Amino acid sequence: MAQQLCMNQSQCRTGQYIALLALGGLVVLGAMYAFFTLEHHGHVLTGMNNQIVWGLPHVFAVFLIVAASGALNVASIGSVFGKQVYKSRAPLSGMLALALLAGGLAVLVLDLGRPDRLIVAMTHYNFKSIFAWNMIFYNGFFVIVGLYLVTLMDRRLKGWTKPLGYTAFFWRLSLTTATGSIFGFLVARAGYNSALMAPMFVIMSFAYGLAVFMVVQSGMYRWNGITLDDGVRRRMKNLLAVFVGASLYFTVVFHLTNLYFAKQWEFERFILLDGGIYTTVFWVGQIFLGGILPLILLFLPRSKDAQKMCFCFLAPLLVILGGFAQMYVTIVGGQAFPLPLFPGHEVQSSFYDGVVNSYQPSVYEWLLAMGGVGVTFLLTVIAVRVFKFMPQDDFKTLQSRRGTD
Amino acid sequence: MSESMNSKPEGRREFLKTSAVVAGVTLGPGVLFYGVAQSRAPEEGASSANRWGMLIDTTKCGDGCDDCVTACNTENGLSGHTGPQDSQWIRKVDIKDLRTGYVQSLPMMCQHCENAPCVDVCPTGASMKREDGIVLVDRHSCIGCRYCMMACPYKARSFVHEPLTDQNPEVPRGKGCVESCTFCVQRVDRGEQPACVEACEAKGHKAMIFGDLRDPESEVSKVLKSTDSVEVRADLALNTGVRYQGI
Repeated sequence: MAQQLCMNQSQCRTGQYIALLALGGLVVLGAMYAFFTLEHHGHVLTGMNNQIVWGLPHVFAVFLIVAASGALNVASIGSVFGKQVYKSRAPLSGMLALALLAGGLAVLVLDLGRPDRLIVAMTHYNFKSIFAWNMIFYNGFFVIVGLYLVTLMDRRLKGWTKPLGYTAFFWRLSLTTATGSIFGFLVARAGYNSALMAPMFVIMSFAYGLAVFMVVQSGMYRWNGITLDDGVRRRMKNLLAVFVGASLYFTVVFHLTNLYFAKQWEFERFILLDGGIYTTVFWVGQIFLGGILPLILLFLPRSKDAQKMCFCFLAPLLVILGGFAQMYVTIVGGQAFPLPLFPGHEVQSSFYDGVVNSYQPSVYEWLLAMGGVGVTFLLTVIAVRVFKFMPQDDFKTLQSRRGTD
Repeated sequence: MSESMNSKPEGRREFLKTSAVVAGVTLGPGVLFYGVAQSRAPEEGASSANRWGMLIDTTKCGDGCDDCVTACNTENGLSGHTGPQDSQWIRKVDIKDLRTGYVQSLPMMCQHCENAPCVDVCPTGASMKREDGIVLVDRHSCIGCRYCMMACPYKARSFVHEPLTDQNPEVPRGKGCVESCTFCVQRVDRGEQPACVEACEAKGHKAMIFGDLRDPESEVSKVLKSTDSVEVRADLALNTGVRYQGI
């Protein structure tokens, strides 16, 4: 039995594996404790309020959901664009996509004011709401990617891989477009209300998803004492750099557009100059740690040994960190900036009109948010142990193809 | 026999006459009341023949007066607390023109938009607009996602952060749901004015006029026709049910 449960491993390392499971389990338990406490006492125990209505749980949930569709990109490059290196990574990519989405949705659902009414959300759809469309995309993602994964892992169903791969690819593009549009369609808030939100989320999902994939892949290789082929590593490094660069490009265009519109100046001043924590998180977290530093690490000329570290683990880890920073600035920063109720006027009220709203996440929000990461971690750790998700590279073919694609 | 034959029609006439009088006495006041109050039977749905709306004259709104807020809290069972997590269905907003320094005070609440962003974004349809234009939250299908709060340009909505006690039976509220001004729908359906309007009138300010925007004879329609009024955030083209005069 023990042998069967560690078919991917060169050595079972059962003790360490159980420690990993316990770690993930503890984090998930913490989230369940937070959920039941909030369910009983209400959101009064959170730092969220009537001004900052979406907080840390949403930052984590949206990041995980966006990263989920991005993680599938590796499989799509294999199935849709026919790249062999990525084809052998498709099962891991599909599984990670499902695990990330499960983690993100868990947080989103557990943070609802009435999570007991989830059935209402599943049976009553307002088709004018992009949020309702998202629910359809999320559920469909599980079904489509689940089937796609089955075709990837069962040779008898190989004929279905391509059509399902295409379906999954277009579905994931629609899903991230819809997720970005949750913010893009908010007509009244200065921080959102932009058609750029959808494509920006798509390109950011490419970066975040690939980064998560690379971190997990590195972890698996290290756990098994295997070294990733240099050619594979170089390709993934370059791809990550392209995605990180494109994310930075969209961020620049988004803010430049705002800077051109006089009515958006105050918001831009807030995010870029004097927004306190949000300005810091934007410049230090999103731009430097999540964008510029990974690019430097990925392209800095160095000795062969040092490259191994920066390519596969540190750079993508920084991209993930930058992703959380970006979500924090987008989601919480966008709400912290006061609603422009009377443009050109100073506004004051008992309902905190006209002031920069403050937000201090409580321990329950941290537990809930980390629970999403815990669910993803736990599902991944179990999946890679019981199924063959370890990329099976045909190194001879890789050698012959190296330099051609 | 013939006597009894003759007496029958008379008896029937008497019976019909008495019935008519009884029916008249019983139903008459009701019909009259209906005509005066324009209320409707509970089983009768809201009609698109009406669109309830309000005109707020900011020049009449008393600086420092918050009777409308107090009346709203009393009517709808709100605590009146003003912490960041407390519900406020109506609030007094002080605005100062940054260029001229002109200061005004006005009540702000759900603007009951025709093209309400909160209704558009609600995934379950809990956030909805009645035929007569009143925007409400269905307490049975609100899942507490708060997307409507993100979408509302007027910051008119509140989320119930903790369990509630001593509620007004006419205004059910609930932990984990979103809520906002209902135009005191329970009063409007009885043919009465919203509590804030009544309080403003009682104070003698008469800064708020409520009525049917589709009825050309209603006071609000008449005043709107003869006075310049604006929507807040008119650039969003939401066609609000609440309009302001003097800003």
